[in-house]
Amino acid sequence: MKKKIVVIGNGMVGYKFCERLTDKDTEDQYQIITFCEEPRPAYNRVNLSAYFDGKTAEDLSMASREWYEERGIELHIGDKVAKVDRHKKIVISSKGLEIQYDKVIFATGSSAFVPPVPGVDKEGVFVYRTIEDLEKITEYGKKSKSCAVIGGGLLGLEAAKAAQDLGLKTHCVEFAPRLMPRQLDDAGGLMLKDIIESRGINVYLSKNTKKIAGNGKVTAMEFSDETTLEVDMIIVSAGIRPRDEVARECGLTLGPRGGILVNEKLQTSDPDIYAIGECALYENMIYGLVAPGYQMADTLAEQFFGRDASFNGADMSTKLKLIGTDVASFGNIKPQVPSKELVINDPHGGIYKKLIITEDGKTLLGGILVGDADMYSNLFQLYQNKMVLPEDPMQLILPTSDDSASGSVGVSDLPGTAQICSCEGVTKADICAAIDNGACSISEIKKITKASTGCGGCMPLVTSLFKAKMKEAGVQISNALCEHFDMTRQEMYQIIRVTGIRTFEELIEKHGKGSGCEICKPAAASIFASTWNLPVLEQPSINDTNDAYLANIQRDGTYSVIPRIPGGEITPDKLIVIGEVAKKYGLYMKLTGGQRIDMFGAKLHELPEIWKILIDAGFESGHAYAKSLRTIKSCVGSTWCRFGVGDSVSLAIRLEQRYRGIRAPHKIKSAVSGCTRECAEAQGKDFGIIATEHGWNLYVCGNGGMKPRHADLLAENLDEETLIKYIDRFLMYYIKTADKLMRTSTWMDQLEGGIEHLKEVVINDSLGICKELEAQMTHLVDTYECEWKNAINDPEKLKRFKHFVNCDDTDETIEFVDERGQIRPATYDEKKQLVAV
Amino acid sequence: MSEWVRIGETEDFCKDLGGCVKVDGKQIAVFNVKDKSEWYAVQNMCPHDNRMVLSRGLVGDFSGIPKVACPLHKHNFDLTTGKHVSEGEINDLITYPVKVQEGTVYLQML
Ligand code: SRM
Ligand SMILES: Cc1cc2nc3c(=O)[nH]c(=O)nc-3n(C[C@H](O)[C@H](O)[C@H](O)COP(=O)(O)OP(=O)(O)OC[C@H]3O[C@@H](n4cnc5c(N)ncnc54)[C@H](O)[C@@H]3O)c2cc1C
Ligand code: SF4
Ligand code: FES
Repeated sequence: MKKKIVVIGNGMVGYKFCERLTDKDTEDQYQIITFCEEPRPAYNRVNLSAYFDGKTAEDLSMASREWYEERGIELHIGDKVAKVDRHKKIVISSKGLEIQYDKVIFATGSSAFVPPVPGVDKEGVFVYRTIEDLEKITEYGKKSKSCAVIGGGLLGLEAAKAAQDLGLKTHCVEFAPRLMPRQLDDAGGLMLKDIIESRGINVYLSKNTKKIAGNGKVTAMEFSDETTLEVDMIIVSAGIRPRDEVARECGLTLGPRGGILVNEKLQTSDPDIYAIGECALYENMIYGLVAPGYQMADTLAEQFFGRDASFNGADMSTKLKLIGTDVASFGNIKPQVPSKELVINDPHGGIYKKLIITEDGKTLLGGILVGDADMYSNLFQLYQNKMVLPEDPMQLILPTSDDSASGSVGVSDLPGTAQICSCEGVTKADICAAIDNGACSISEIKKITKASTGCGGCMPLVTSLFKAKMKEAGVQISNALCEHFDMTRQEMYQIIRVTGIRTFEELIEKHGKGSGCEICKPAAASIFASTWNLPVLEQPSINDTNDAYLANIQRDGTYSVIPRIPGGEITPDKLIVIGEVAKKYGLYMKLTGGQRIDMFGAKLHELPEIWKILIDAGFESGHAYAKSLRTIKSCVGSTWCRFGVGDSVSLAIRLEQRYRGIRAPHKIKSAVSGCTRECAEAQGKDFGIIATEHGWNLYVCGNGGMKPRHADLLAENLDEETLIKYIDRFLMYYIKTADKLMRTSTWMDQLEGGIEHLKEVVINDSLGICKELEAQMTHLVDTYECEWKNAINDPEKLKRFKHFVNCDDTDETIEFVDERGQIRPATYDEKKQLVAV
Repeated sequence: MSEWVRIGETEDFCKDLGGCVKVDGKQIAVFNVKDKSEWYAVQNMCPHDNRMVLSRGLVGDFSGIPKVACPLHKHNFDLTTGKHVSEGEINDLITYPVKVQEGTVYLQML
C-alpha cells in the first residue's frame, strides 16, 4: 500500500517537492495528491515580470499537466484546501473532495501584504503576485496614465519597472528612509534612488500613506505629512504574509506574527504535518526567496526515504532582476563579528560598492553592489565558499577597463562543492558531471541539471564553466562566423575598417580560408557597404539572394519591386506611374505594412526595364531587399491632424532621405508620430520618434516582428538637430557592434548595461567614439547613390538580369493564375494541370 | 555519351557565380569557382520546392568542396556530386560534365 502525501499548494516550492520526491521514489512508495488554488499548475513566479515582455502563462509554466500524469501525481487545479481534519487524518477541499492522508505538506506560500489603509479596497488598487494580478494590471493600465507602487523593496521596484514599461508615469512610495531597506545600507539606498529617478520613476521616501482617495476609483494618495499624489492606479508591494489560514484553523502552532512554525526537520507541531516554502517559519524567519524554499523541498524529500537531512537556514543573497539596474546584496551586511569595510562611492558614475571582510582581510562576509553588479557571481562564490581573498581585496570592486578583472575568480578555482545555481542547488560538480556524461550545450546542461532555469542569474557562470570544461576536453567553442573566418562579425568589421580592405577576395585571402559561403559572404558584403558605401553590385558574387538582384525573390523565382515612398507621402502623378508600370508588366499590386506599394511577379529580365521607368519618374530604390533602412512610417501629424504637436511627415521624410541605403547588420525600420496617440507605431521600431510639446522623444530598439519588443526611451524633448545627432550615433554604434542578422531589439537585449549603457554612449559619449561615429555617418550620407540608378546605367551589371546565359528565352516554368482580378503564382499542382490541358 | 554542346564563352559567365543555360529545352545551372578555373553544372530546379532558381544561388565551399546555396531557402548542394548536404530529406541534383576549351564553355547532356 502506497503512503499518501497531500501537498497543499502547487506553487514553486510545492512543485519542487513533487519533483524531488518522485525523482527519488524509485520504488513507488508514495502517492502524491496536490491541491492548487490557482487556475493553472505551478509557474515560475520569480520570472513573473517576464509576462509583460510577452512571455505567456505557458512559457512560465514549470511543468505540463502531462508531467504530473506521467509521475502519477494527482493534481487538483482550481481547488483550494478548505480544512485539515487532523483527528480523522483527512484533507477536505473546497470542491468537497476528502482525501485520507499519511502526511500533509503545507506549501501554501504567501500572499501580498496589503496594509489596512482606508481606501485600499477601491477600484484601481492591485497586488503583484499571480498571473491574474498581472492581467488585471495590464488591463487597467490601458486606461490609466499614472501609477504609484507602495513599497520600495525588491518586489516593489520590480513592479515599478513593469508599470513604467506599460507606459505609465510611475511613482514609488516607501515607508522607510531608503529603498530596499532590508538589503542595502543608507549610502547604497541613496545611490539606488538616484539611479531609479534617472530612469524617470519618482521615488518618495519616509512616506506614510494615510488614505487612498477617490470616488469608488483611485484618484490620489494622501500621506501623513499632509501631501498628496494624484494617481490613476496603485500597486501594493509592502511585503508578504504567509498563507497560514488553514494551518491556523486546524490548530497548528503559528509564529506570533504568522507563519507555520517548523523545526529543522520542517515538521510542524503535528509530526505528520510539514510546511515548506514561504509559509514556513523557521527560527523566526520567513524565507521570501525561492532558493531556500527549494532547499526545504529537497531536505523534506530526502527525509521521506529515511535519510537524515535537515534545514538549517539559508542564504538570503539577492540580485535585483531589473534589467539595466544593477543591484545586489549578499551575505551578512551587518555582521556581529569584528569586521572591516571596503567602500567605493562614486555618485558621479552612479556606483556604490561595499565589501565587508573579516578583520584579517582573508574572508568575505558580505557585500552590497549598486550601479555595477558585474562581479556579483564572482563575489558571491568567494563569500559562499569562504575562499581566501586576494592580497588587495579592493581590486575586487575597483572598476576595470577590460573584462579580465584582476580579482575575478576563474571557474577553475572554484571547489566542486561550490553552488553555482542557488535556485536549484546545483553545484559545480553537478555541472561537470553532466558535461562528462555527454552534455554538449548550455541548453542540455540546463535540461539535465536544471541550473539556470530559475532566476537565470547564474547563466554567466554556467556558460564560463561550460566553456572551460570544453576547452579542457580540447573542444573549441568558437565564436567563428563560419568555417572560413575564425572571427566574429564585430572583428571582421574592425579588420575591414582599419585595413581598408574593399574586396572579399582580399579579405578571405588575408584573414580567412577557403572560398567562403552563404554566411560569411553576405556578412562581409554588408560590412563593405556599411563602411565604404560602394554599390553592392560591384561584387555580385558575395551578396545574398535579394541584394544580388536588387529585388526580393518570391516563391516562384520571380521578384517584387518596391520603390521608396519616403514617409508614406505620395503624389497622384507618382501613384499613376506605379499603376502604369504594374499594368504594363502585369504585376500583382499590394499596399505593404510599411506604408508603400509592392509590385509582385516581375521576371528577372524585366527588373531593369521596370526600374528605368520608375527612376525616370523620380522614384528610387526602396531597399526592400536589403538589410538596410526600410521605411520610416509617419502619421499625418500637425499639418492636418487636430491633435498633432509636431510635423511628423516632414521629419519622417527628412530622416528617410538621410538614412536611405545605409546597410546594417539587419534591416532598420522607423516611424515618426505627431503626438503620443502614436498612430505611426514608433515604439515598435528600431528607432522611433514621437512629437511632444517641447520637441521630439527618441525611442530605440523596438520591434514588431517575430518577437515584439517595446522600444526604450533614449532621450526626451530634443530639437531636430540633436535628434539627428543621436540617431546618427545610435545607428553607427549598432552597425559597429551588432552580430550579423541581429536586429536592434536583440542587440539591446544582449547589450551589457542595456539602455543605460546606450544612453551613456550616445548622449554622454562615455566611450569617446561619438566623433568617429558621426564622421562615419556623414560619409555614408554624403556618398549615397540609388543602386538601381547605378545599375541601369552599367551594362556589365545588367548582364546577369537575364534568365538564360545562352539565349534570350524567358523562364517558361513561371505561370500565374488569376485571383481576385490579379495574378498569383500557380501552385505546383495547378502547373501540372495547366501543362496537361 | 552524347556530344559536347557549346554554351557560351567564359566572359558570358560572372566570376564565382552561376548562370542558367538552356540545352535541349532543359534548364541547367552552370557554376564557376576559383577565378573561373573550375566549372560545374547541375539541374537548375531546386528539388526542395521545385523552382528554377539554383543558378541564382550563392556559391561557396564546405571543407574545400564547392557548393551552392539555393536562393530560396538556403538548402546546400555539393557541386561536384550534386548531393544535398544540409539538414532534411531532399533529393540530390543531377550533375552534368562541363569543360572549357580555349575560352569556350561546353556541356555534355546525359
Ligand atoms: C511586403 C511586406 C508584407 C506586406 O505585404 O505588407 C513584407 C514582406 C516580407 N517580409 Fe516583412 N514585410 C513587410 C512588413 C513587415 C513589417 C511591418 C512594418 O515594417 O511596419 C514587419 C514587422 C516590423 C519589424 O520588422 O519590426 C515585418 C517583419 C518581418 C520579419 C521579422 C523581422 C524580425 O526581426 O522580427 C521578416 C524576417 C526577417 O527579416 O528575417 C520579414 C521578411 C519579409 C520578407 C522579406 C520575407 C522574404 O525573405 O521573402 C517578405 C518579402 C517581401 C517582398 O518580397 O517584397 N518581415 N515585415 C511588408 C513590406 C514593408 C515594406 O514596405 O518594406
Ligand atoms: C513578482 C515576484 C518576483 C519575485 N522575484 C524573486 C526573485 O528574484 N528571487 C527569489 O528568490 N524569489 C522571488 N520571488 C519570491 C518567490 O516567487 C517565492 O519565494 C516563491 O514563489 C515561493 O514559493 P512557494 O511555493 O512557497 O509559494 P507560492 O509560489 O506562492 O505558491 C503557493 C501556492 O499555494 C496556493 N495555495 C495557498 N493556499 C492554498 C490552499 N489552501 N489550497 C490550495 N492551494 C493553496 C497559492 O495559490 C499558490 O499557488 C518573487 C515573487 C514575486 C511575486
Ligand atoms: S509575415 Fe511571413 S508570409 Fe507574410 S510577408 Fe512576412 S515573411 Fe512573408
Ligand atoms: S526551393 Fe531551394 S531551398 Fe527551398
